[in-house]
Formats: sequence, C-alpha cells, structure tokens
Amino acid sequence: MALLEIRWHGRGGQGAKTAALLFGDAAIETGKFIQAFPEYGPERMGAPVFAFNRISDQPILQHCGIKTPKIVVVLDPTLMETVNVTEGLPEDGVVLVNTQKSAQEIKAELKLTTQKVYVVDASKISKEILKRDLPNTPMLGALIKVSHLLEFEPMLESVKHRLEHKFPNRPDVVDGNIKAIKRAYEEVA
Amino acid sequence: MIVARTGNEAMAEAMRQINPDVVAAYPITPATEVVQLFSKFVHDGQVDTQFVPAESEHSAISACVGASSTGARVMTSTASQGIALMHEILFIASGLRLPIVICLVNRALSSPINIHCDHSDSLASRDSGWIQIFTENTQEAYDTTIIAVKVAEAASLPAMVTTDGFIISHGMERVELVDDEAVPKFLGERKIQHSLLDVDNPKTFGALDLQDYFFEHKRSEIDAMDHVLPIIEKVQDEYGKLSGRHYPLVDEYRMDDAEVAILCMGSTGGTGKVAVERLREQGKKVGLVRCRVYRPFPKEAMVAALAKAKVVGVLDRSDTMSTLGGHLYNDARSILYDSDMRPHLKNYVYGLGGRDISIEDIESIYKELFAIQKTGKVDKDIVYFGVRGE
Repeated sequence: MALLEIRWHGRGGQGAKTAALLFGDAAIETGKFIQAFPEYGPERMGAPVFAFNRISDQPILQHCGIKTPKIVVVLDPTLMETVNVTEGLPEDGVVLVNTQKSAQEIKAELKLTTQKVYVVDASKISKEILKRDLPNTPMLGALIKVSHLLEFEPMLESVKHRLEHKFPNRPDVVDGNIKAIKRAYEEVA
Repeated sequence: MIVARTGNEAMAEAMRQINPDVVAAYPITPATEVVQLFSKFVHDGQVDTQFVPAESEHSAISACVGASSTGARVMTSTASQGIALMHEILFIASGLRLPIVICLVNRALSSPINIHCDHSDSLASRDSGWIQIFTENTQEAYDTTIIAVKVAEAASLPAMVTTDGFIISHGMERVELVDDEAVPKFLGERKIQHSLLDVDNPKTFGALDLQDYFFEHKRSEIDAMDHVLPIIEKVQDEYGKLSGRHYPLVDEYRMDDAEVAILCMGSTGGTGKVAVERLREQGKKVGLVRCRVYRPFPKEAMVAALAKAKVVGVLDRSDTMSTLGGHLYNDARSILYDSDMRPHLKNYVYGLGGRDISIEDIESIYKELFAIQKTGKVDKDIVYFGVRGE
C-alpha cells in the first residue's frame, strides 16, 4: 500500500484527535506504518480543529503538514459552512460526513464531481447508544468500512484495548463505543 | 515490541525502562506529558524513582544537581522558557561533571510568545557544556534517551536529547521498544568516584576556585568534551547490537554521488529525505546530511560528509541574532575553513515558531542550489525562507 493521507475535521471536544490516535493504534497492530497528529491552535471547545493520519506499508519519513489528503472525515456537518473541508482533495478523493442528509445532497453542497461522498448519522448513533453526541468513534467505524484500510475485527479489538486502558472502571463506556462503531460500520452509505 | 507512541510517550517509556533514581521536574508545553506520564509510572509503582515536583525549572534542575552529586541516576524534561530558566544551573551541572539527562522538547523562546517548534531554546544553551543530540523522529527520540544516559555517565558530562515540539512530541508514530529487562542491563550501575552522601569520606562540592585552579578545572572539562565522540560511537554501537538500530554521529542520506546537499537538524531531516527521493527519481544527484550529535560537534565526520557535495544549503531552525545567520551555518563555515574541499554554502533560516516546511519547499531549495552549482556564485549567503516580505 502506497502512502495515504487523511484529514479529520471536528470541533474542539468532539474527539477528532482521539479518533486519529485510535486509528493509528489500530493500524500499528496490523503491521502498518502510521502517523497521527493534531493541528494545535488555540484550543477552545467548539472551535474548528484538525487531526491527521498517514498510513503506509513503508516507513513514513516526512514530518510536514498534510495539504492534499485522499480522505477527509467531517465530524460536524456545520463545519462545512465555515471551513473549506474539501481543500486540497484530489479528483479521486473521498469525503465522509456525519450528517442526517444523503450522500447526494452533501455532494451537491460541496460542489464535488469526481470524488466519492459517504454519509452516516454518527451523532444519532452516539446519542442513542452513549447518550451523548460523541461522533468520533462511530466515524472511525464508518471510515474503516468505506476505506478498506484496515480489517474491521482487529480494529475493534485495538480500540477496545485502548478504551479499556483509558477507562478502566467504565465497561459501559467501552461497550457503548464498540457498539457505536459497529452500527456506523453497518449504516454508512 | 512494536507500539504506536507520540514523541513524549516514547521518551516517558524510555524513562520508565531506565528507572532513574531521581526525577525532578516542572511542567511546560510541549514537554509536560513526558513527566506527567512518568509520574503515573511512579504512582503505579512501575519505577522506584524519587519524583520531585519542583516549583520552577530552576528548582527542578537544582534538585537534579544535588541528587546527581550523590551518585544517583537523574533525569528531567523541559522546553523553551523552562530550559532558559535552568540556564544558570546548566553550567553548574557540567562544571561539577554530573551526568544528568534532560529530555528537551524544542520550542521557540518568547517574545513573541509561541508554543511551537524551533531550535532556539536548546541552541541558547549550546555553550553550557552539555552534550546535545537532536533526533528526527519518535523512534530515534526513544532510542537516544537510553543511549544518552550511558554516554553521559561514561563521559561524566550532562546530556540533552531533543525532539521537535508538537511535530514529534505530539505526533504518534510506530516505535519499536527494546525489552524492559534489557535497558537496565545495557546501562549498568552508575559508577562514581565521589558521593555527596559518603559521610565516612566527607568532601566539598562546588568549592570556590579562583585564579589558582579554575582554569585547570575548566580545561579538564573541555578535555572531557574532547573525548565524548568516541564514547557516543561506542555506546551507539552497543545499542545497535541490542536493538538492531544503528545510529551515526552524522546521518548521511544518499550523499555518495551527491552534487548538491542540504544540512539540517531534527524532524526536517525526514521531510528532506522524501524530497531527496523525489529528485533522485528525476535523476538529480541530491543528498542530505542531518546533524544528529550537535555538541560536541563531530567535525571530522561532518567535513567528510559536506565535502562530498559542491553546494550545501544549510537549514537552520534558529538564528544567532548576530547578522551571521543560523547556528548550524556558522558551525559548517567554521569547520570547512581548513578543508581542501569547500562546497559553496547558503544559509536558509526557516520554520521559526513552528512554521511548516513542506517537501515541495525543500525541493525548491535544491533547485536554487543547482543554480548556484551552475554559476559558481552564491548571490545571497543568508536568506529567511518562507517568511513574508523577503
């Protein structure tokens, strides 16, 4: 696999950085080379934030920013009103959006022609299962489905492991996130 | 074991395996996580370290000096204003020949205030008598933290290992760890001649030293620095046998037939290597030299590397504020003065305060270097790359 770059768009507090780190962790366990890094600006709850991944079968040497990501993941659809989420996206790029709208509607809104657009209502999934709007983990499930970058089951195991480490006394949080990931994996279209 | 770690996590992991006797620290962005994570290892009983949360960096490094004088293995971590506040005590640590190791996360110095990477903080303590090793990526940060402890103790000199703030400190990458048991075995016990706590043989530490002997003591410190490079080579060789990862003093990348090259430090080395690969695919003879061990300066190895090229662009993520350009540029000019093979040099000061440098940026620098090769003339010897108004 050649080098592939991903950009995550979120708002401060939505877990864009965590999603990128979880993705990186899971990719390492399948023998890939990865990078996961956030773009640090003023950190405020609700402000637009970015996180990034690089993934490859070969060692990744560059440490510069990512300007032309093949895949863009949008955790909050309202970001599309103020942030150019498709900036630098190549003709064969992929956009994955957390939204109630259809892929066709988003494609028209973003004025995309050749690129692929996928949607999933990750906020609804999160609110139903975790009782909170935390779209990052379900979007990770959707990303794995549409990108085929990692095998699903090993990815789930890795995320579970990481969450168990982070929330040792909250099996409900761990199970809820795993459920949300599975559902988004199934529902993304 | 292969894991995903940020630079800070990797350095904290190395510290866990080193299991120092004392860690005294004060938090500062972007280095905070190193000791924050380490303090959890202390809390969880994974290390035996005496952890001292100090009230400032000046106090932290002072506590390190006291602890190291007893014969303890001592480490800390800081960045930017933190190392600046330590400045006074850095000279005391090296003068007393105490092998303290600092995990230093490179961040710009105020003012204006900024939290992102440049090398002005470690380079402001360049002349403090500390060994300085700049790392390119997370793996190297982890490995070099372990290497530095053994080098410092063998040389009886303190050492700082640096990572690029945020770029490496907060960037997650693939890291291969050596086994937990292998690290203490590799390092052995710290051996000392005199301990502050040897009450049966009381000694004075840090005594007044005037015209009669100060110079001899300083001369012996300089002499110690003169002997560091072979120690680093030996320890790196031993570490290579342990880990399978072999580090040089000077990292040469595709230099053998290179006509033009860049010289740089830190994470830009990796970005530059990708630029080299792209240009090599077009048949361009380009190479890269990365200065890994910065103090003491590996003069012979560096001259041998740079002299292979006809033109070298020196990339400095710092400026000396002297009208003479960046630190590395001045070192390169100095060591090449006596060389028979003297490439043209051009200084590119770049990336201050964390401004990104891309693969395309470095490709454009190589293009300029080829133009210099063609004309044989350096139009402007110091330029500020990627800044508005140039």
